[in-house]
Amino acid sequence: MISEHFFNKWIWSLLLIIPICGLIFDEPYYITLATKVIILGIAGVGLNLALGYCGLISFGHAAFFGVGGYVTAIMSYHAINEEILFNWPFDIFGSSEMLIIWPFAIFISSFFSLIIGLLSLRTSGVYFIMITLAFAQMLYFFSISWPNYGGEDGLSIYMRNSLPMLNTMNPLTFYLISLSWLLTSIYISYKLINSPFGMAFQAVKQNEERVKSVGIETFKVKLLVFVVSGAITGLAGSLYTDLNRFVSPSVLDWQTSGEIMVFVILGGIARLYGPLVGAAFFIILEQTLGAYTENWQFWLGLILILEILYARTGIMGLFNKKKTI
Amino acid sequence: MKNLTTTLAALVIMSASSVFADGHKVKVGMITTLSGGGSGLGIDVRDGFMLAVKDNKNITVITKDDQRKPDIAVQLADKMIQSDKVDVLTGIIWSNLAMAVVPATVNQGKFYLSPNAGPSKLAGKGCHKNYFNVAWQNDNLHEAAGGYANSAGFKNSFILAPNYPAGKDALTGYKRFFKGKLAGEVYTKLGQKDYAAEIAQIRASGADSVFFFLPGGMGIGFMKQFSQSGIKLPVVGPAFSFDQGILKAVGDAALGVKNTSQWSKDINNAANKKFVSEFQKEFGRLPSLYASQGYDTGKLLISAMSKAKIKDMDKFRNELRKADFSSTRGKFSFDKNHHPIQDIYVREVIKEGKTLTNKIVSVGLKDHSNVYVSECNM
Amino acid sequence: MTFILFFEQLLNGMQFGIMLFLMSAGLTLIFGVMGLINLAHGSFYMIGAFCAALIAGLTGSFWLALLASLIGAAIAGVLIEIIIIRRLYRRDHLDQVLATFALILLLSEGVRWIFGAFPLYLNIPNILNGSIPLFFDIIYSKYRLFIILIGFLIAAGLYLLITKTRLGIRIRAGQNDRQMISALGVDISKLYTIVFAIGAGLAGLAGAMIGAIQSVEVGMGEPILILAFVVIVIGGIGSIKGAFIGSILVGVTDTIGRVFLPNFLKIFMESANATSMGSSIGSMLIYILMALILIMKPSGLFGKN
Repeated sequence: MISEHFFNKWIWSLLLIIPICGLIFDEPYYITLATKVIILGIAGVGLNLALGYCGLISFGHAAFFGVGGYVTAIMSYHAINEEILFNWPFDIFGSSEMLIIWPFAIFISSFFSLIIGLLSLRTSGVYFIMITLAFAQMLYFFSISWPNYGGEDGLSIYMRNSLPMLNTMNPLTFYLISLSWLLTSIYISYKLINSPFGMAFQAVKQNEERVKSVGIETFKVKLLVFVVSGAITGLAGSLYTDLNRFVSPSVLDWQTSGEIMVFVILGGIARLYGPLVGAAFFIILEQTLGAYTENWQFWLGLILILEILYARTGIMGLFNKKKTI
Repeated sequence: MKNLTTTLAALVIMSASSVFADGHKVKVGMITTLSGGGSGLGIDVRDGFMLAVKDNKNITVITKDDQRKPDIAVQLADKMIQSDKVDVLTGIIWSNLAMAVVPATVNQGKFYLSPNAGPSKLAGKGCHKNYFNVAWQNDNLHEAAGGYANSAGFKNSFILAPNYPAGKDALTGYKRFFKGKLAGEVYTKLGQKDYAAEIAQIRASGADSVFFFLPGGMGIGFMKQFSQSGIKLPVVGPAFSFDQGILKAVGDAALGVKNTSQWSKDINNAANKKFVSEFQKEFGRLPSLYASQGYDTGKLLISAMSKAKIKDMDKFRNELRKADFSSTRGKFSFDKNHHPIQDIYVREVIKEGKTLTNKIVSVGLKDHSNVYVSECNM
Repeated sequence: MTFILFFEQLLNGMQFGIMLFLMSAGLTLIFGVMGLINLAHGSFYMIGAFCAALIAGLTGSFWLALLASLIGAAIAGVLIEIIIIRRLYRRDHLDQVLATFALILLLSEGVRWIFGAFPLYLNIPNILNGSIPLFFDIIYSKYRLFIILIGFLIAAGLYLLITKTRLGIRIRAGQNDRQMISALGVDISKLYTIVFAIGAGLAGLAGAMIGAIQSVEVGMGEPILILAFVVIVIGGIGSIKGAFIGSILVGVTDTIGRVFLPNFLKIFMESANATSMGSSIGSMLIYILMALILIMKPSGLFGKN
């Protein structure tokens, strides 16, 4: 049995080896693919906080992923066209600087998660799953029929947004940017779950009544976790827009919520690196199966079902039997 | 803006560094929809294209499934350009996917030949010297429908389309040519399959004709329900809801409906006859308009290859622009913005034995181009 | 906007709601009795429609096709329950969501593999073609009236099944206390299989009836699945009565909103904007309704707390 700590080291070395291999074999696409895994992993790390550690099964995290993505594309779009973004209460211009876009994406997706969380957290269980889905669907239909930013056609920004001194269009550079965000988000999660606040929200998952009885306002605890979770997923959405230089309503689709959830569960819930491993497994399956058969979704479905039936603790659990919290 | 140009330049240099041993060979990346909803269209485009290039040893085709998801399409385009080092991309069915892939592709110094989607943005301000549309500009078939409505004497049309950009383009295209009044104008939900509410509105509106653009399963539902409602109004629409792949599912409800198309299986020319019989032989089914578009795309590529090497991009582009191939549609040329100038026909759905198919009844618009040419600075 | 048009749209909304009820009745039963969140319920809707199209193509009879949809989907339900689903009852909701999500991929692609990528043909019988006049000059589609009728019959049948039969008693007992009923010697796993088959069969029947006026194609089940979930959450999970009222509420809200919102907005703004904005809000309306209801009643209209 390998310890989780050891396993995590393996993950880190892989994360560094893959891009180097991509460079050596002149296959820059593999770097792009690895970047996609990392970004989806970040989205999963965000969801894992709410879902894995606090027991809030959100089926609507596509909303935050999409909001982060749209904020990024819209700001960049206005910068390209040199138009004003808002003129009230003061003039705000678009920007194609990631250093400006990131805080905006994080702020606005936190704002959305605050509103959605305030309303949804009144419910629990299946009702919570479904009300979060409902909010994501609202945004999805809104984005399709809102003509200003492309509607169903989506919004192209042609070029990635920029960082000082770096060429973000270079696959390796963008990979490293995403990797540092992954590191940051995992670090934040780690610090959070080991803080007193973290003890509180993990206790809420186990027994909310008991936490209430010691005088902690569980509603506030859950809301705060939900907001942090949404903010991290929103950031991932921002990076995803830059990866594709494009955003469209499909990021707000319910299947996006489903897939982020799949990453988390597949990797092993309430494990720091679980979402990353889950995303990697999913993307690798999609790519290899897709190369052999048109009906790859059939086999993907079959493998996922087998995984759930026979590897209950997720992929990381196969290597490490630590009881999930 | 300056930032954009420098990075663009860097990109062009990056991609130009791919070297080919033999200048006559061309590597084609085909990104199209092969799984999930709407995959019938992608399969037809692919089959048509492969039929056209079957005997050409100099063409290598890499085909990938975009699952009808724009982000997947963008990633596939990146892969084909970065790793497979293709020279030409083609295959995309949907306008929203084209909008995601085409600008980045042509800016990286690759050709894109569109076998289906023709969004207005890529025809007007967003036109590009490396982008060629071999099918139509999105508005074309709807404009022809508007023109047909005039000649059929319709005075008061009820028009409907889904509430998304291509739907709005469709109604705009119809209104651009239609001279009568509108009894009603309705935008439906994208993906909606039940039209009871809209049909009730049509019944109450006093219209003398109905124009609709509802691609895929949406159109099947509408035609069936409309015919079941017993409303006896003439219906006109673009070919998408009445083409070979879909007619079987609509059934007799489609009989007699007029639809507009740049292609039909009974266009009388040698290239088309050859295409229809070879396609039937190869795949055991009647070709659709999508298959014809894929086929013409392949033939266009071959015509340019026989006269220029792909490395010499300027010369190759000039050869593409000449469109010197025998199209299944007969007369075919490119306008200044690299979109077709072609006849758009009015077809009628008929029965040949037990099979539903289309027959040409008239030419709707002759040598028709598009209204965005003047916006394109090329 | 006349009264006649309004009434006709009300009927349309009702018909849509009835269809949603056939979907959501099974979903809510399966959740209530087995505690299972079944995302793959939409796949049975699709399987039913494909079975019907297949039989209609072979025999030419719409009625046989309807029967085939019911039986075909129920058989598929039994098989899938025995092979996969029954291993999920003791798992938490997360595993269920993931497994049934995977099942959607598998079933959709499997059906496409067998039947091909193009939509299939299925049409209504001649006897139900066309419209008939109701009262006050209202002309309404015969087939849609037929759907409403069938829906009410099934609702009544379900009511009788659950209140008056032995099976119904067991189902209700299962909803209340799962341990107790198996302790009393009821073959619980057989009961579960039967409930699952009923749910799948009803979904299949709905798929065939709707497939006949819309289109029979892969992926037809997922949009309606989401709506069925909206319905059972509004109605309160596990409650058949809630599913019925929720269905009608969602059907009517969606139809009426879609039609009248654009016209309503024309009072305030210019026509083109109103049409576009009205359709946008119209498509969000049921989700807004659901959020409002849950905010006021966190466990739905008829849900147990």
